[in-house]
Amino acid sequence: MTPHLEYLLRIGDSTLILGQRLSEWCGHAPVLEEDIALANVALDLIGQSRLVLTHASTIEGAGRDEDQLAFLRTEGQFRNVTLVELPNGDFGRTVLRSFLFSTFLRELWTGLAASADSGLAAIAAKSVKESRYHVQHAGEWVIRLGDGTDESHARMQRAVDDLWPYTAELFAPTPVDDMVHAAGVGVKWTELRSAWDATVLPVLEEATLKAPEGSAFVSRGKLGMHSEHMGHLLTEMQYLQRTYPGATW
Amino acid sequence: MDRKEWPLWEVFIRNRNGLDHKHCGSLHAPDERMALQNARDVYTRRQEGVSIWVVRADHIVASDPDAKPELFDPAADKIYRHPTFFKLPKDVDHM
Repeated sequence: MTPHLEYLLRIGDSTLILGQRLSEWCGHAPVLEEDIALANVALDLIGQSRLVLTHASTIEGAGRDEDQLAFLRTEGQFRNVTLVELPNGDFGRTVLRSFLFSTFLRELWTGLAASADSGLAAIAAKSVKESRYHVQHAGEWVIRLGDGTDESHARMQRAVDDLWPYTAELFAPTPVDDMVHAAGVGVKWTELRSAWDATVLPVLEEATLKAPEGSAFVSRGKLGMHSEHMGHLLTEMQYLQRTYPGATW
Repeated sequence: MDRKEWPLWEVFIRNRNGLDHKHCGSLHAPDERMALQNARDVYTRRQEGVSIWVVRADHIVASDPDAKPELFDPAADKIYRHPTFFKLPKDVDHM
């Protein structure tokens, strides 16, 4: 796999898997308004995936289209970050994860709008507007639930403690980043950290939540090494295409 | 735990610049920022709008449905209040 393709899959797979996770809320959110909001965000993310995976399939040139990439690859071939494949947990944990990842994605799209890969630059320019709203939507909830009741605060703090270690992967440097950066195609994810901090830390503070101390743990989903949750997610997501190959409607 | 209902908000959408905001529905939200956010998600998914107003439903002062006879019926026979008695030149036919 070329670094260019690898880099595209990291993005397209991360948005796909988070979109799949958020879509699990459809029909189950605490209120009707949020049910629609989460489904909107899920569809935005899946839409971004479709663009990136279609572009990736062109770059790959092996005749695998977006559906084949999404539904016929196995766990180890996915390049999404581990953070997005973790189970939703409660509503608070879901919006926290969404906030942490959408903020990262917003900074990534902002950087990629200047990519030498014009297809990717166009996708980024379109997607950054969606991500800006996702950050706003989830961020408002993080503040209200963190700085809410004793119960909601305690749940949110637990969610921060559990999810925070998985954010290290977002910024972990890899040779792929260096190569796409050198080619002018991509930004190095590690360089997005300060912009991410500048949004995330003030929101956590306003939400009266504390980010835990950094640890040595770095998850490796973007290298193809996933948590035990990924296989279960794919079983559900890929069921239809695997049972009825080529099914359309 | 105290499970209070979120207040009700009325939503007004302007669907194009130059037009006025039209009432399009209502929703529940804990505060005004969330109400605006929810209105965006619930009522503008299909490009319905370029601007949103939300107003707390209990801040709206409404006329009493039982007062319909004295409020509105008297206008029924005041046909001279409609500007329909003027002959317009042909060029402005569609006013």
